[in-house]
Amino acid sequence: MARAATTADAFNAVAEPRRRQILDVLAGGERPVNDLVAQLHLAQPLVSKHLRVLRQVGLVGVRDHGRQRLYRLDGRALKPIHDWVKNYERSWSRRFDRLDVVLEELKKTKEEDDGDDE
Amino acid sequence: MAMTSSRTAVVTLPTDTQILITRTFEAPRHLVYKAYTTPELIKRWWGGDHGVVTLAEVDLRVGGGWRYVMTANEGFEVAFHGEFRELVPNERIVSTEIFEGMPEGEAVSTVTLAEETGRTLLTNLSEYPSKQIRDAVINSGMEGGMQESMDHLEQVAVSLR
Repeated sequence: MARAATTADAFNAVAEPRRRQILDVLAGGERPVNDLVAQLHLAQPLVSKHLRVLRQVGLVGVRDHGRQRLYRLDGRALKPIHDWVKNYERSWSRRFDRLDVVLEELKKTKEEDDGDDE
Repeated sequence: MAMTSSRTAVVTLPTDTQILITRTFEAPRHLVYKAYTTPELIKRWWGGDHGVVTLAEVDLRVGGGWRYVMTANEGFEVAFHGEFRELVPNERIVSTEIFEGMPEGEAVSTVTLAEETGRTLLTNLSEYPSKQIRDAVINSGMEGGMQESMDHLEQVAVSLR
């Protein structure tokens, strides 16, 4: 049941920490599988398995380059996740904008009190 | 005239059950701590754009409780409460946090304040009991402003009357 879910969409695919690590490496540019194996210290079959899942949900693309296959990140598939978190982030930003106003007032009050304090 | 553009909140998801929020404030950390723990001040910022905070109670000691009630713009009430687990004045607040519409979803939130040259970096790491609950919080109407979730919250609020 859990296995099926990982390939359902990008959200499930990035729920696995190793797959997030692979995406982090690919964010730096195209890589052959051997580079990923070396950088992440993981067994090649495991990396290949994760790459398969990432390709299925469109997060990773692949092309042949001579004798190598090069994997690359496709950011478009990450957009729904980005948007999902952004909404939450915006909400906190508004809250903190109000906190800024409160803090400015507290700073002013402090300056007025400074004669007594220090 | 404040340089608000550099002061945006950043939300990341370090693990499947966590939400990490970071934000820098142009104020020393004792003031941020004060704004985070003083009821009259909490009332002024905690609602954000979502509504008016009508109640903020804070018993600021380890084992003490807190509770915030907000009347959302749509007219229904949402309430959160929790208990302080660790308090280091001006530095660290660890507390539980329960959205009263989802009582099984108790989070543990750790707020850390680090000051450098008069500015304060705030980090708020919340740990949820499951990925499902963590995701529900990100989806929730209060935070996300999505109408669907708002409707759901409203039903919850009505059923609690």
